[in-house]
Parts: sequence; structure tokens; C-alpha cells
Amino acid sequence: MDTQAFKKIYTKIDNITKATVTVMAGDVGNEELASVGGRPAQVVRIDGERVTLQVFAGTEGISTDSEVVFYGQPPKLKVGDGLAGHIFDAFGRPMFGAVDIEGQEREIGGPTVNPYKREQPSEFIPTGIAGIDLNNALVSGQKIPFFADPDQPYNQVMAMVALRAKADKIILGGMGLTNDDFLYFKNVFDNAGALDRIVFFVNTTENPPVERLLVPDMALTAAEYFAADKGEKVLVLLTDMTLYADALAIVSNRMDQIPSKDSMPGSLYSDLAKIYEKAVQLPNGGSITIVAVTTLNGGDITHAVPDNTGYITEGQLFLRNDSDTGKVIVDPFRSLSRLKQLVIGKKTREDHPQVMNAAVRLYADAAGAKTKLENGFDLSDYDKRTLKFAHDYSNELLAIDVNIDVEKMLDIAWSLFAKYFTKAEVSVKADLVEKYWPVKQ
Amino acid sequence: MKTTGKVTGVTSNLVTVKADGPVSQNEICYITVGGARLMSEVIKVDGDKVSVQVFESTRGLRAGAPVEFDGHMLEVTLGPGILSRIYDGLQNDLAKLETLFLERGVYNDPLDWQSTWQFTPIAVEGDIVEAASWIGSVPERSVTHKIMVPFSFKGRYTVKSVVPAGTYKITDTVAVVTDEQGRDHDITMVQKWPVREAVTAYREKPRPGRVMETGVRAIDTFNPLAEGGTGFIPGPFGAGKTVLQHTISRQADADVILMVACGERANEVVEIFEEFPKLDDPHTGLKLIERTTIICNTSNMPVAAREASVYTGMAIGEYYRAMGLKVLILADSTSRWAQALREMSNRLEELPGPDAFPMDLAAIISNFYSRAGIVRLVGGGTGSVTFIGTVSPAGGNLKEPVTESTKKAARCFYALSQQRADSKRYPAIDPLDSYSKYLDYPEIETYLEENFEKGWVSKVKEAKTMVQRGKEVYEQINILGDDGVPVSYHDRYWKSELIDFCFLQQDSFDAIDSNCPLERQRYMFSLIMNICGKNFAHDDFEACSTFYKELINLIRQMNYSEFGSESFRDYEAKVGKLVGDHPKEKEEDGRE
Repeated sequence: MDTQAFKKIYTKIDNITKATVTVMAGDVGNEELASVGGRPAQVVRIDGERVTLQVFAGTEGISTDSEVVFYGQPPKLKVGDGLAGHIFDAFGRPMFGAVDIEGQEREIGGPTVNPYKREQPSEFIPTGIAGIDLNNALVSGQKIPFFADPDQPYNQVMAMVALRAKADKIILGGMGLTNDDFLYFKNVFDNAGALDRIVFFVNTTENPPVERLLVPDMALTAAEYFAADKGEKVLVLLTDMTLYADALAIVSNRMDQIPSKDSMPGSLYSDLAKIYEKAVQLPNGGSITIVAVTTLNGGDITHAVPDNTGYITEGQLFLRNDSDTGKVIVDPFRSLSRLKQLVIGKKTREDHPQVMNAAVRLYADAAGAKTKLENGFDLSDYDKRTLKFAHDYSNELLAIDVNIDVEKMLDIAWSLFAKYFTKAEVSVKADLVEKYWPVKQ
Repeated sequence: MKTTGKVTGVTSNLVTVKADGPVSQNEICYITVGGARLMSEVIKVDGDKVSVQVFESTRGLRAGAPVEFDGHMLEVTLGPGILSRIYDGLQNDLAKLETLFLERGVYNDPLDWQSTWQFTPIAVEGDIVEAASWIGSVPERSVTHKIMVPFSFKGRYTVKSVVPAGTYKITDTVAVVTDEQGRDHDITMVQKWPVREAVTAYREKPRPGRVMETGVRAIDTFNPLAEGGTGFIPGPFGAGKTVLQHTISRQADADVILMVACGERANEVVEIFEEFPKLDDPHTGLKLIERTTIICNTSNMPVAAREASVYTGMAIGEYYRAMGLKVLILADSTSRWAQALREMSNRLEELPGPDAFPMDLAAIISNFYSRAGIVRLVGGGTGSVTFIGTVSPAGGNLKEPVTESTKKAARCFYALSQQRADSKRYPAIDPLDSYSKYLDYPEIETYLEENFEKGWVSKVKEAKTMVQRGKEVYEQINILGDDGVPVSYHDRYWKSELIDFCFLQQDSFDAIDSNCPLERQRYMFSLIMNICGKNFAHDDFEACSTFYKELINLIRQMNYSEFGSESFRDYEAKVGKLVGDHPKEKEEDGRE
């Protein structure tokens, strides 16, 4: 970025706030990159000759005579096959001694795909986790976040999903990732021998928070290269989008914008949608699937960040600690994949939709029985059987440490049905019961 | 001479321009940046300082960039060939764009100028006409498209000539009219109209007096929407807003459907244009796409154009209404439109109202909703625009500015409840919170009495009371336990469940149950209310629940069967037997 041919240099800064500086300068483009006293910055407002820049690393120590250099272009990323297997910072600069890659420069945060050119997502992405595959199947081109409290192992689950999903490329956008978590991802992918199909864009907690704002656009520009140019199936992992939103709030606050709900900027919906809507199934077979993490505060989904996210994404996955089994499970009630009906029973075995519904219904009955028990009412025989079923269902299917294929999941579900219930109680279509109900040895 | 100007400031998509001549509020202008011309709209004028909102990304825009004012407001192009198209918020035909990505500054023609149409004259030489008078007609897909005197023509005109029946291009002159000053005006099949202005070329706007069938029982029977009426659907995410809107768009008894996808997911639009060409219109048997136009400005498309999209949809709706057609406009979601207003108001540094929305939000919303309605046309007959908007309340809380403002403007309120959605009771329209003000209209009451049956409205109100009482006793049962209340409480509770399960709930993914025509609704509602009027005797609460569960199962099977079919009659007979055999309480005078 420091090798641009035409630079314009100014040294008269007349306003400095915590995150922005204002300089008198001419012929500057909106969203152009610059450096202020050697720190990366971007033009956010032009008012005649007065140009306001957002300084990503903060303005501590910037003086009124610091040098402001304009690069004449918006943030760009060099895209090429060489991206794979490397780690970049929020500005797309290679880290850990990697060299610059060969390739074409593309503006990040580019235009959107014409909705008319999109294809309907239709490819099932198996993850081996039954709480996802069985109850909330993922589809290529889908965008879906994990809603999780900070203490839950969402990054581990996401790494697992990434490794098992049969994606051509995995692009990880880390925002406010702790160094430990970053190294975790790196080691897991390294040990799995998958590093060569992974691209990292990382902003850790050690980096300035405002830099995070570039990470999703960098990750998705790389994703668009592989999906649109190469026709590859790309999985983009974004963690943690709540920290991204926090950075948005910091900037809008510094720009004197009036905050709306939960101190978030009024444009939060559009800002998040611009990222998530990059998920797409393309006519050339390429696709971008986004799995993100939105951390919650004590499970509160009415907060502006999860709330706006829920309106944008195609479902959400909830993790929960199950006290019965002591395991972390994917909550079957609050989780939802809006696109699952495009694949279940079509790309998977015919009994999938019915088995899924029956199992969740019986699990709900168990929850009812549990409430009865807590309130001191007597349990019926059926109630007792549902409780036993719930324990096994949770242990053998919902737990995130399960790794089996969908057919096996369905077989397990049938065997649990047969173990605890009569055919009438399970109430699945007669021809499916005929075909799949396990015969007693 | 067109006014020009130079860019002086840029804040995201708000741009200030120094203009060198007259500029009008809401005038369109084009800003040149890097070879692209970005369409923008004037939103504030202060001396020669003009603030404009740009409908595209302003990346790379610099002070000094040239601006050209266009002399007119944001307009839609109206003419034959609008149906079945997929437009963006500014009426660009998305299907005609070549590139995979939407490049900025690329605009195209909303209509096909080369297309030819089979014209049949309606007006004859010497006729006195005015704006919206019919000159002739062309067949367009499922409708007879009227060619009209443009809405912008003022006063009276005399028809000088009309071309004979034949095939013409849309830009060909099909008639010449003479105004009162003796000047001649050519009329083609195309006209333009500024989207933000309501079309008022009609005689009067009477109160709605007919029910618009949607095939959704919880709407048509419980809280009917009037033809030419307005309604809105608020609900938290996952409550089924979009599924309900899509269901209505497939089944509604309308001639033209306009789907405005305003700031929502692109994949939902893909679903419409993948499925509608395959699905049949239940009223005409033609494919659904024939009567549908999609206006789509998905959530990642530029924010300012999102706001324009609802107006574009409304203006097209008013155009088809003037042809005497029944138009239904569905906008998903109007909250995104309000958020677009908020973003702009914020950048303009206006003093904010509640939740940082602009102070005039309520006025803007009610002004927009008021454009719907049934009208008496200038040439006699009626046409209507019915409008249903969804609202996405922040945090699912209905006490937020967009929901509250819309509640003041819309006449029907279909509240989707999280609780119903969680317990999979779809459609999740809350039977107690929702309302239709049309149910209290004497015109509608008369219409229902005549077309359904006598005493219909009071029967509906009776059903609502039963649901209400059911809810109350359910709370008591929960506190006192099953044994702690008389069996009659259980009976009351189960009657409300019967109404809920057999009538209010409807499977929108089932081919038969999804669409329940009015006649079938009348039949089923009478059957269910008849059962609810009976005074059953039960041995204990378990016997009570067993009886009703069986009854619910049988009636649901009726819902899944073809109306009047053999299996329908079979289940009906079983219901009759079950009800007939069950013991009744003796009334005091000995009657059952």
C-alpha cells in the first residue's frame, strides 16, 4: 500500500477527535484510503475542502502537522489463487512473513449480485453434527449465525463445521479474536492438513477495534473471487459479528451520529445486510455460504445486534448446555434453518422431514413432562418414557460431539422411537413406519 | 437550459451540491463519477446549496464533480408490458441487465420499446375525455390493459382521432386529442408519472364495501380485509411474515399482484421468480407470474432506492387500478423503508423523534397508506388498490415507532405472535390482538350478510369471545390444576382449542388446506360453531380432552380433503356421529 505512484501529501490538520482527523485537502474521493502520521485511514466525509478521515488505529499522538497522504483509491485486496493457505491482517497485508501474492487488485465492499442472476440454493452441506444436519440442515448459499453466549464453545463448533463441510475454500474473518482463539483455529486447521484451502483475515484483540470494519469485506472479496471467478464452493466464517457491530457504534458515535436502539447506529440493519447478503448461489455452480457468530448478552435476542441479524440471516443456531447429559447441544426449539426444506427429504433420505418433526415433538413432550415434575404433579407412563427418550436423543444426536452421516442419524432416531414408543405415539406416515421401523431381533 | 451544479460535500450517500439555477424539491439529478452517472434525488434546498440522496454507492466521489439536474421528479414509466417483470426500486428491468453484479450508474428501459401490441379502440372521434379516460385496450397477459389519457393531462379534451384496431408499437401515436385551447396532443401507449404523487384521476373514493378473499381463514373470516383496504402484519423474525405474504400473493382474489421486496433477503425474491412461473393462479388457472410484477430492492441494494421502491410499487398499482382492475400490493417490509428514512434524516442532522426515526414518520406512513382504496373511475366502474405491508418490529416489541405509526394508518392489524410460532400454530396470527376495523363497517356487514349468511358478523364475534374465554380458563386450569376446576371449564377450554386447531390454523404448505375459498370457510365455520354451541356432558376432564382431540383430528382431516369430496363427506359423517353420540347436559327446561 506504500508503493502507490501518485500520492498527495498534506500537513495541515485542523481537527482531531479520538478516531477522526479533518484536513484541508482538494480533489479527494469518498472512501479513499490515506495514511495519517503513518497510520492507515479512510475518507468518511467531504465538505468542500475539509476532508474528514477515520484513523483506524486511533489518533493518540497525531499532531496538527502530521503528514496526511492520500492514495487515490479505496481499500483493495489483491486476489489470486495464492491467497489460499495464508494469513492476512485487516488491510489484506500478509502476516507472519508471508510475501505479497500475485494477482489482480479488487475493491472491497463491491457491488451486489443482481438478484435475478441468483440461483435458488439447493445443495445440502453436511457437517456431521446431528443438531445441525438433522434438525437445521445447512444449504449452500445460505447465511446463518450461531447465537451463543460468550462462555459457549462456538469457535470450536465453527471450526468443526468448517472442516467437515465439503467446501473448496474456507475463509475465516476474525474480528476481535483473542490471540488464543486465533492460534486455536490455526492449529486445528493445520493439524487437519487443511491449511492450504484456508484464507485468514484477522483482527485480534491486540489490534485497534476500528480496523475490524474492514475484515468482513476483505473476507468476502476473497470469497467472491473464488466463487464467481473460479466457480468454487466457498465457506466464509465470521467471528464475532457482535464485536464488528461494536466497532460500527464506536465510529458512528465519533461522527456525532444520533444512536438508535442499544446505542447502535441507525444504519445497523443495512450495514449487516451488506455483509450477509453476499451469501449466494451462483449460476456457474460457485457459492458463498456464510456461517457467523453473534455473541449474546445472557441469551438476550432482543438486543439490536441479534435482532437485526435475525431479520437478515436465514435462520440461527443456538447452543445450550444440557443439564441432563452435561453436554453442549444444538437447541432444537430455538434453532432454525430457513432453507432446510429445500434439501431435507430431497437431497437426503425421504423420511428426514417426518423423523425430524416427530423427534422434536417428542422432545417437546419431554420438556412438558419435566415442567410437570418440577411443579410436583404425577408423571404418566408416557411422560416417563419421553424423559428417557429426551436423554438419549440429547446424548446421541443433539450433542455437538456427534459426528455421523445423515442416514446414521435417521437410523438412530428410528431406533430411539422403537425403544420408547409405540408406532401410534410417534405418528409418522404409515408407509415410512413400514419401511424404517426397526424389527426386533 | 438545464440546471447544473458541482458537488461540494459527501457524507455516505448524502451529497451537497452547489447549483447554478432553479432546483425543485425531489427533482432528479445525475452526478458523474468515474464515467458513471449516479441517479440522485433532491431532498433539501438551502439557497444554492442543495442536498441530494444518491441511489448508488458514492465511493470515489469528489468535491467538484459535475451534477446535471433533470427537471422532473422520480417517475415510473407506465404502459403495456409491466406484468411479469422484475424491477429494482427505480424500475430498472433486472432481467435485462447483463452483468452478474449490479454496476452502479447502469439504468435501462422498464418497457420494451420494440414490442408490438394488438390495439382495440374504445374512444371514438368527438368523445370528451380527461385524464385516465380509456382510449383503447391491448391484451396484456392475464388482463385487458387499457390505454388511457395520461394522468398528467389537466382539464377536458376532445378526441380528434383514434387509430383503427391493429398492431402497434408502444411508442406509436394511437390517438390525438384536442384541448380546450384547440391544441392537439398525441397519445401513445406509454406515460410517465412521478411516484411520490398520488394519482387522483378518479371520480371519488367511496368506503370499501366488499371483502377481498385471501384463502386464509384467520384473515377472511376472523379479520377480513376489504377490497381497497389496508392491512399490516407485524411480527418478530421467524414468526412467518414472509410465508404469510407469499401465501396471500398466491391465493388472493386480485387481477394484479405487486410484490415489493423492500430491504429483505434476496433468496426470498429468488423463490418468487423461480416458483411463480410454475404455480397456477387459483382464480384464472393461468400461471401466477402472469399477474405478478416484482419490485425488488433487497437489503444489500442501495438504501435510498429502498425507499423509492414502495412508491414505485404504489404508482404502478394506481395505474392498473385506473383500468378498473383489482390490484393487491404487498410490501415486505415497510420497517426497512422507515429505516432508510431514518438513515437519511440522521445524515441531514435533523432533530430525531422516537428511536431516532424522523419526526414526520407517522405522517409519511399514513400518507402512503392513504393512496390505497377503491375508486369510482372517470368512465364509470370501479378499480381498487389493496395494500398489505409487513412490519419488522425491533426486538419483536410492538411498542416501537414504525408499528405504532402504521397502526394509526392501516385498518387491519394482523399481529404475528412469537408464542404461537413457537408452538407451531401457523399462521401465527394472534386471534385476540389482531383486528379488522372493516368488521364494524355497516357496508361490509351488509355484504357479509348477503353473501355469506344472516348474522355472520355476530357469529364471528361470538367465536372471538369463545377464544378469549378459552384463554382465560386455560390460565385458571394452569394455576389450580386439572382437578381443581369444574369439568365445564375444560369443555370451554377445548372449544377454543377446537376453533384454533380446526379453523385458525392452516397448513400453508399443504396443497388443499393452504387455500380455503370463502364458500368453504363459511361451511366449515358454521360446522365448527354449531358444535361449539352444544352443551356436552363429560365424565371427567380426561374424557373431555379425549373427545375433543378426536373431534379435532377428524375436522382437520376434512381440511386436508378436497371440499365436498367423498373423503370429506366421510369425515364429516364421522364428526356428525361423534357429536351426535356424545351425551349432552340437560337444560333446565328439559331440552338437550
